[in-house]
Amino acid sequence: MERGELPKRQPRKSELCDHCALPVPAGLVRPRGRQFCCAACEQVYAIIGELGMDHYYDLRDRFPGQKQPAVHRGRDYAEFGDKTFEELYVREVADDHHRTELYLEGVHCAACIWLVERIPSFCDGVIGARLDLGRSRLVIDWDPRCISLPAIACRLDSLGYPPHPFRGAQGEAAAQRERRDLWIRVAISGAVAGNVMMISFALYGGLFHGIDPTVHRVLRSAALLVSIPALVWGGGWFIRSALRALCNRRLHIDLPVSIGIIAGYAHGTWNVLRGEGDLYLDSVTMLIFLLLAGRLLERGQQRRAAEAAELLHTLAPSRATRIDRSPDGQEFESEVPVEALLPGARLRIRAGETIPADGVVCTGRSELDRSLLTGESRLVPIGQGDRVEAGCTNVSAALEVIVEQVGEESRIGKLLAAMEESARRRAPVVRLADRIAGVFVGAVLLAAVATAVIAARIDPTTAIDRTLALLIVTCPCALALATPLAVSAALGRAARRGILVRGGDVFERLRTPGIVWFDKTGTLTDGQLRRADWIGDSELELAVLAIESESHHPLARAFLPTFVGSIPRATSVGGLEGGGITGTVGGNEIVIGSPRAVLAATDATPDHPLARSAEAHAREGSTPVLVARNGVLSGLAIFIDGLRDDSLDTVRAWQNRGWQVGILSGDDPAVAQAIGARLGLDPERCLGGVSPEGKLAQIENDLAAGSKTVMIGDGVNDAAALAAATVGIAIGGGAEAALRAADAFVLDRRLAGVAELLAGAARVIVTIRSNLAFSLLYNAVGASLAIGGVLSPIVAAVLMPLSSLTVVTISWRARTFPEPAARGPVSSGPSTLPAHLARADHMSQTGHLSQAQTGEVRTCP
Amino acid sequence: MSVIYVLLPVALLLGTIALLAFIRAVRTGQFDDLDTPPWRMLTDDEGVESQPREEPTPPSQEAEL
Repeated sequence: MERGELPKRQPRKSELCDHCALPVPAGLVRPRGRQFCCAACEQVYAIIGELGMDHYYDLRDRFPGQKQPAVHRGRDYAEFGDKTFEELYVREVADDHHRTELYLEGVHCAACIWLVERIPSFCDGVIGARLDLGRSRLVIDWDPRCISLPAIACRLDSLGYPPHPFRGAQGEAAAQRERRDLWIRVAISGAVAGNVMMISFALYGGLFHGIDPTVHRVLRSAALLVSIPALVWGGGWFIRSALRALCNRRLHIDLPVSIGIIAGYAHGTWNVLRGEGDLYLDSVTMLIFLLLAGRLLERGQQRRAAEAAELLHTLAPSRATRIDRSPDGQEFESEVPVEALLPGARLRIRAGETIPADGVVCTGRSELDRSLLTGESRLVPIGQGDRVEAGCTNVSAALEVIVEQVGEESRIGKLLAAMEESARRRAPVVRLADRIAGVFVGAVLLAAVATAVIAARIDPTTAIDRTLALLIVTCPCALALATPLAVSAALGRAARRGILVRGGDVFERLRTPGIVWFDKTGTLTDGQLRRADWIGDSELELAVLAIESESHHPLARAFLPTFVGSIPRATSVGGLEGGGITGTVGGNEIVIGSPRAVLAATDATPDHPLARSAEAHAREGSTPVLVARNGVLSGLAIFIDGLRDDSLDTVRAWQNRGWQVGILSGDDPAVAQAIGARLGLDPERCLGGVSPEGKLAQIENDLAAGSKTVMIGDGVNDAAALAAATVGIAIGGGAEAALRAADAFVLDRRLAGVAELLAGAARVIVTIRSNLAFSLLYNAVGASLAIGGVLSPIVAAVLMPLSSLTVVTISWRARTFPEPAARGPVSSGPSTLPAHLARADHMSQTGHLSQAQTGEVRTCP
Repeated sequence: MSVIYVLLPVALLLGTIALLAFIRAVRTGQFDDLDTPPWRMLTDDEGVESQPREEPTPPSQEAEL
C-alpha cells in the first residue's frame, strides 16, 4: 500500500497471505495463526519452512516487486523421466552430469531467484541451477545417479514453480546467435567511432595550432586504418541487408544508409590517399555506431515481447495418458510425454484435462470447451466419432480418443504455422529517419564539395574553414538518434504501463486510421460466464447452489460467486443425460441443466413460460439454465459473458480517432450482434460464427482492399489474424499463443490499454517528428552559417553535441505513456516495477488459466 | 611530437584488448540475460539460515497497517 490515497478499506496485516502477501479473501481468514489466500500458498509455505528457506520471506519483503499467489500442481512429472523426453531435452555433459532447460511458471521476483538457485543446497544430486528471471528459464545441472529429473521437477513444483520443458530451443539458438552478433557489431563500431573521434580531435587541434605534416599524414592514415572494421562489421550489416533486398528487387530501408556509409568512406579514403581535403570518417563511424545501437535498443524490447510467446507451449499439456495393450491382452495405462505420441495411439482424457492431440472420440460422452480454438464460450457436447482438437478442454466426463494428428500436424499447430507465415510475409515499414539519415550524408558531402569549389573561387583563404565548419556542424547523429531514442523511451514507458510493443514500427502503423476488428470472447467480454438473472424463489436458489458446489462444471463455478451465507448439503448428486446435474436437497429432488435436457427429464412442455423465456434468452446469445423441483419447472438462471468495464470507452477511443470498429467473433452471430448493439456498432460490422481461418481471410480481404487493418484479440483462434493484420494487438491473460503473432500486447486483461496504445502511438509519432524537425532545422541553420563563413570550425565542434543532446532530452521528456494519477489497489507495487516483473505477473495468470482448465488444484481467487 | 608514434599504437592496442575482452564476454553469453544479474547480485551472499518460525499473534492484537 505504497500510495496512501487509494483503497477505501486497507486490508489489515493479518489479512495478507503469509506466502504471497496478497490479501486473503474474507471467507478464508482464520481467527488466528497463519493466513493463506489459497491452498497452493499454504502448501508452498509449509515446504519452504521445512527446507529452512524462510529467508525467502525476508528477501521478498526487502525487494518488493510484483506479488502473485503460488502455483502448485502436485503432479508427479513422470513424463520428465521418459526416454523420448530425455532424448529431446536432456543433454549429457558427462555420465554423472546431465543438463536441461526448463521453463518455470510462477517466477516473479528477486526472492524467487534466490530460492530457485539455492536448490542444490537442499536437493541432493542437483549440481547447479541458474535462473533467467526475464524469461523464466532455468538451466539445471544434476547427477542422474543421485536424483532423477522427475524428482527435481516435483521439488520445483512444491516450491511453487511448476516446470515445463523448454521447447523453443532451436529457434532460440538462432535468435541468440543473431543477438550476440549484433552486440559484437555494436561493440566494434563503438570502439572504432571512439578512437576515430579521438584521432580527429587531434587533427582539429592541429588546424588551429599547426601540425607537423608527417604527423598529420600519420594521424589521417591511422584514422582510415582504424575505421575499416566499422565499415566491414558495422556498415556491412546495413549493406548486406540492402543488397539482399536489391537481389529480390526491393528497396530496403537500409539502402540509403548503405549509400551514405559508402559515400562517406569513399570520400574520406580518397582524401587520405591524396593527402588533402577533409576527413569525414569520424562522422560516418559515429553514424554507424549510433544506428546499430539504435537497432540493438529496439531489438531488446522486441525480444521481451517475443519471449512471452514461450507461454504458448504451456497451453497444450506436456503429457498424455496412453492406453496400451500388453502381450497377454491386458490393457494398461501409462503416462507419456506428448512428444512420444504417434497417430493411432489411444488416449484417456479425464474430465478437466486438456486434450494433447487431434483425434476422434472412440468411447465416452462429454462436453468440450473449445474457447481456446474457436473463441466460442459455450460448451460443445461430443460423443463417439466426434473430432476433438489439441488445446480444447474436456469438461464433464472421461473420454477415450484415438490420436490422428500430433504437434505441428494438429489444427493448432497448423494455425500457428499460418500465423508465422503471415508475420514473415509482412513488408517492413520504411522508417522515415533511416531514409533521411542516408540521404542526408550524401547531401552534406555534395554541399561540402560545392562549398569548397565555389568558396575557393570567391575567397580561397576561407574555403577550407567554411567546408570544415559545414562538415562538423552538420551532424547525422541527431537524425540517427531521433527515431530509436523516441521509440525506445516510449517502449520502456509503455512496458511500465503493462503494454508490450514489439517494435517502433507499430507506432508508425497506428498513425493513420483504418479498420479495426475486435475479437469478442476474452477481449470485449471477459470470457467468464456470469449469472445475470435468476427467476425463482430463494430456497430453490440455495438448493441449486448446494448441488452446483459439488460440480466442477464452468457453469457451476459461475453460480457460486454470487452466494453469501451458508449452503445446505446436497445428497445423491449425479449427472443428467444431455447436459445437466441432479441432486437432492432438503428432501426435494432438483434437476438443473440445459433447457432441452431439463424438459426431457420432466413432464413440462416447451410452452411453459420459463421454458419460453429460456428459449428467448438463448436466441439473444445468453446461456439459460432451467431448474426443476420434484419434476416441476420452477427456476431459470441466465448466464452471460459480461462486457468488460472498459469496452465501451475503448471502442469510443478508436472511433474518435476515425477508425471503423467491428467485431470478429467465433461465437454465435446472435451473440456478436447483441454485444455490438450494446457498444453501438454497425450491425453489418459485427460478424459472428467466424472460424480462425475465416478471421484470417477477413483480414486479408481488408488488406487486399487497401485498408489498414488492426486486429485485437486474445485467443489462439485470433493468432493467424493477428499476425496478418497491419497491427495485431493481443490482450494478455488469455491464450498466450496469440502473443507470438501480435505486434503489441496488453497485460492484465486490461482492454483500456489498447486505447492507451493508440493515444501513445500518436504521441510517439509527434515526438519523432519534432526530433527530426529539430535536427533538420539545426543542420539547415548550421550549414547555412558555415557556408556563409559565419561559423568557425571550432564553434561548430562545440555546437555539434548540442543537437544530439536536444534530441535525447526531447525523447526522454516526452510523456508518451503517462502514468495514471492513481493505480489499482492490490496488484500495483511501487511505480519503479521493472517491466520484466510485470511480465512475470502476466505469466502467473496463464498459470492460473491452465490450472483452472485442468482443475488440478483449486485456484486462488 | 614523435612520442605520438609510440602512444598511438599503444592506445590502439589497449583499445583492441578491451574490445576483444568484450567480444569474448558476449560470446560466453554474459550479455544474454540482462535482467537477472542486477537482482542476483543483491542476494548472492545471503546464506541459508534456518530459524524456527514464530507463530503469529492472533489477528485481533495486530495493529492496523
